[in-house]
Amino acid sequence: MIYSDKVMDHFANPRNVGTLPDADGVGQVGNPVCGDMMAFYIKVKDDRLSDIKFQTFGCGAAIAVSSMVSEMALGKTLDEAMAITNDKVAEELGGLPKNKMHCSNLGADALHEAIKDFRRKSAPGVRDAAAAAPAHVHDEHEEICSCPYCEGPLEGLKEVCSCRHCDIDFVECPECRKYTNKADAACSSCGAKIAK
Amino acid sequence: MRRIYLDHIAATPLHPDALAAMLPFLRERFGNPQSLHSEGQTVLEAVEEARGRVARLIGATAAEIIFTSSGSESNNLAVKGMALAGRAKGTHLVLSAVEHVSVLNAAKSLEKFGFRSTLVPVDRTGTVRPESVEQALTKDTVLVSVMLANSEVGAIEPVAEIAKLCRAKGVPFHTDAVAAAGSLAIDVPALGVDALSLAGDQFYGPKGGAALYLKKGTRLLPQIDGGIQEDGRRGGTENAAAIVGLGKAAEIALARRAEREAKARALRDRLIDGLTRRVDRILLTGPRDGRLPHQASFCVQFVEGEAMLLSLDMKGIAVSSGSACSSKALKASHVLLAMGLDHATAQGSVVFSLLEGTTAEDIDIVLESFPPIIERLRKMSPLYTAYLKENSQ
Repeated sequence: MIYSDKVMDHFANPRNVGTLPDADGVGQVGNPVCGDMMAFYIKVKDDRLSDIKFQTFGCGAAIAVSSMVSEMALGKTLDEAMAITNDKVAEELGGLPKNKMHCSNLGADALHEAIKDFRRKSAPGVRDAAAAAPAHVHDEHEEICSCPYCEGPLEGLKEVCSCRHCDIDFVECPECRKYTNKADAACSSCGAKIAK
Repeated sequence: MRRIYLDHIAATPLHPDALAAMLPFLRERFGNPQSLHSEGQTVLEAVEEARGRVARLIGATAAEIIFTSSGSESNNLAVKGMALAGRAKGTHLVLSAVEHVSVLNAAKSLEKFGFRSTLVPVDRTGTVRPESVEQALTKDTVLVSVMLANSEVGAIEPVAEIAKLCRAKGVPFHTDAVAAAGSLAIDVPALGVDALSLAGDQFYGPKGGAALYLKKGTRLLPQIDGGIQEDGRRGGTENAAAIVGLGKAAEIALARRAEREAKARALRDRLIDGLTRRVDRILLTGPRDGRLPHQASFCVQFVEGEAMLLSLDMKGIAVSSGSACSSKALKASHVLLAMGLDHATAQGSVVFSLLEGTTAEDIDIVLESFPPIIERLRKMSPLYTAYLKENSQ
């Protein structure tokens, strides 16, 4: 099995699935073109997450990650929840396959978006530093964790990197900012044209 | 838990008679078929008997059969071997956009040697139009390769027509029949192809036993240089057990094919009719008719294929999917995209393929199990929630 028992448990019995019509904050990351899409809904009471619901379109890992995040964050203060990282979620799940780390492990980002949304709404006019941070984009060099073909390490600059084993160069898609095979005419994630 | 295996296109179980035929060649009949002593010659006889059986399955002569290790090897040998043999004439290949990756990537490798390829598009059902192939041909074209049937969407391609127009232009034509051999009746003289790939693990033979049919007189540059095995067209000591198993499976397939096909077709239609009736927003991929008798493939909207596959597996049902998330490369199926499906729809790919032993009861269990799985995943899906909201307004 490619997934740990804990991942399969969260996939088979996801916690906190659903929506909150009267949510204090909503966060959404990904899009169906890229494969996975996650939406988080939060209720906040006394600076703590009193209720969390999520919906996820995606693979087993994406569903398990969302469920895990909701469980880890429920009852936490907003700052504590903001400190939950995708890596911590993966660790809590007993690890994820390497090729799933990049695309399916976005649960913490979706939760953070919901918290930022709440902070924006509850403090209008106040430009919260965290709230001003951009949404999840794949622009961190360390996020280029592995080659999607062989799972080996990628090397190179931020804009262009390559897998030495597969002899493939990857470039960042100008649209969805995911890495895609440089030789392709279109991004494998979103279909946008790749400039040669 | 009782398992219902509906992933024929990934692998079929080994037929007990094929296994029995193979066992002596894993035990006492260990000789090298190229040896002149008795130990070698008894194995050679068995290999040649198997060659005749594989030839009879597709209406070829024994000398036209080259044994290989897999469908992918057969495709590589055909694409690279035939293209390189024709290099003096030209460096252009024509392939359909829905070919197996072993054909597409073999052509890609040839780009490093100065070749280029034209990918011929398919229609919404994944079917190639012969006119499109004709338009793609140039003076420089040295090989056309279009598969006989596509395992992912079931489409049977008009190979005889394409072979005819290639013959008229004197362009060698290869067809990848890995998904079709054993399931569809194949007669190579009638099809008019110059080369055809098949693999025994698609019709109850062993993994490791596959073949390339190469019409007498067709030029080929060997891809494994070595001794005189396979008439110098593929070096390496023969995998006698796998070859004998392939031969036995071919013999059984020839005798039982019509019966297998009729039975599979009825169950396949029961599955297609049942699922399209019980689940809304489900799209049959590939043609309704003109598809592999044992294959039924769908895209289910608002859910993702790997999640469906895992959910079915937990219910004891084994299927496959062409969704990006279920592939290690995280790429949506090139077949579904070539058919014009958008990425989100392609994500909902699920492929059922039936075995000889599949029963009506198995299909009914699938029909019972599938709708609740879709309902559960859709309840989780933000796309489905958005769709319901839109439709209620």
